[in-house]
Amino acid sequence: MLVRQINVFLENQSGRLAEVTRTLGQNSIDIRALYIADTTEYGILRMILDKPEQAVDVLTKAGFTVSSTPVIALAIADKPGTLDHALSILSQGSLSLEYLYAYVGRASDDAVVVIRVRDPELALSKLQEAGIRVLTSEEVYGI
Amino acid sequence: MIWNKTETLSRSEIQAIQLERLRWQVNYAYERVPFYKKRMDAIDLKPEHIRTLKDLEKLPFTVKTDLRDNYPTDLFAVPNKDIVRFHSSSGTTGKPIVVGYTRNDMDNWTECCARMCTAAGVTNEDIAQVAFGYGLFTGGFGLHYGLERVGASVLPISSGNSERQIMFMKDLKSTVLIATPSYVLHLSEIMQDLGVQRDEIYLKTGMFGGEGHTPEMRELIEQRLGINDTQNYGLTELCGPGLSYECLEHSGMHINEDFFIAEIIDPDTGEVLPEGSEGEMVITTITKEGIPMLRYRTKDITSITYEPCKCGRTNARMDLIRGRSDDMMVIRGVNVFPSQVEAVLMGVEGIGQYYQLIVTTEKFMDKIEVQVELMDGAMLDSYSKLEQLTQEIRHKIKTVLQIDVKVTLLNPKTLERTAGKSKRVVDLRSKTF
Repeated sequence: MLVRQINVFLENQSGRLAEVTRTLGQNSIDIRALYIADTTEYGILRMILDKPEQAVDVLTKAGFTVSSTPVIALAIADKPGTLDHALSILSQGSLSLEYLYAYVGRASDDAVVVIRVRDPELALSKLQEAGIRVLTSEEVYGI
Repeated sequence: MIWNKTETLSRSEIQAIQLERLRWQVNYAYERVPFYKKRMDAIDLKPEHIRTLKDLEKLPFTVKTDLRDNYPTDLFAVPNKDIVRFHSSSGTTGKPIVVGYTRNDMDNWTECCARMCTAAGVTNEDIAQVAFGYGLFTGGFGLHYGLERVGASVLPISSGNSERQIMFMKDLKSTVLIATPSYVLHLSEIMQDLGVQRDEIYLKTGMFGGEGHTPEMRELIEQRLGINDTQNYGLTELCGPGLSYECLEHSGMHINEDFFIAEIIDPDTGEVLPEGSEGEMVITTITKEGIPMLRYRTKDITSITYEPCKCGRTNARMDLIRGRSDDMMVIRGVNVFPSQVEAVLMGVEGIGQYYQLIVTTEKFMDKIEVQVELMDGAMLDSYSKLEQLTQEIRHKIKTVLQIDVKVTLLNPKTLERTAGKSKRVVDLRSKTF
């Protein structure tokens, strides 16, 4: 049930992000979700892509430092309090959240929340026990 | 194996040869090169005042700018009709210098290089790929002639075109590779990219020179290519490669003492230092006909020992070059050699082996930026991992150099790779005060 997120190191230099998106575009790889945080020195670009294996390959060839991380994608009803419910399950289980980002999917009215925790397998079982809908790779890549 | 029995003479036998040749060389230079006559006359020194090896200290130093000021051939001791070969320095630090070899100089140079090849274990069974540039650079031709003299099969491929280098390496089954250490590391990267396996190549020996080479670089080369990495040393001004060379003991570079006399001096005072001291190496040629060099300041920092080597050779050995007295940077009053930074970086996981130091001034304070390439994707898990990496580099450099640096991470393969000397320091400080 874990989804592969692709991480790309970005030097703090103009045009770096465009180089990533151009490389992906040229290889017909679709970006499903994208999250970027930066410091003054550099940035890490985190993406959910429809062809993660191929993306690692083409980005590495294009000279980027790339890795992939297992993350959890949750379907959260677009209603007040639902994200809070999911997060409280994690905090009750002492599963600390490293980061999360959200986006609105095309297929349903649910929002998709991508979360990264240190122990993704454990988090997964806790969330499923609590009845929160966790999306499969196919569902996420095909959004 | 030892090529020539003069490599095993006793100290007194070597010194007897050196004294006889030194007296000849000083007289020859004085008589034939107005530059040396003028310098010696200015301090009332005559060739006959050189009676012992210790008297060498009376001679004034010769420096690189003397060669530039006498460009192209004013330091030559023979007319051009007696010169059979010219070479020239790469000119990376200004106007080039030109050197000339007579027939005898060529023969002596070849002898020096043959000793060097033999000490590295090269025999007539070997196929030697010379990836040094051929041309005005002394490296390619020097090694070429020495390798031919020991009977190796020489592949004069010259530098560059890495994929072709690797193709020949596989197809002709080269056993010896001659290159600059940074080019060897570059080739090993290309091999990785091309998916070339170690058992597809037959290399067993590397003869590397032309630029500095830290123990960490050697370890990396040996680990990646699984070859015996030997180093050699020389300067265009003095003949090119062949001045000194390592044997398989890897315990310093043997100096061809029947052609060169080496001294170690304090670079600030010019005073000759005792055996074992670290300082700038000064070389005097003692058989040169084309362009004699009396007490040439190499700017290279090393030390010399006269202890016989386990390999059986008795000639003096110089340590690996610790740095150059002129690329030594003074950062906030601290002496910094790029090789020290390199040694630190080689021990850090997750980054590549190339680096660049950018030196700037901000509000009258010197600042160093260390640029390295981030290679390991696992560092992208979190910002704290990247932060730990840059902190680790900063901390280690601080421990070694006592200075704070800024660490910049770059994408792989963004730093310049060259077939020749790599540019590791960019000094942007203003020279005016």
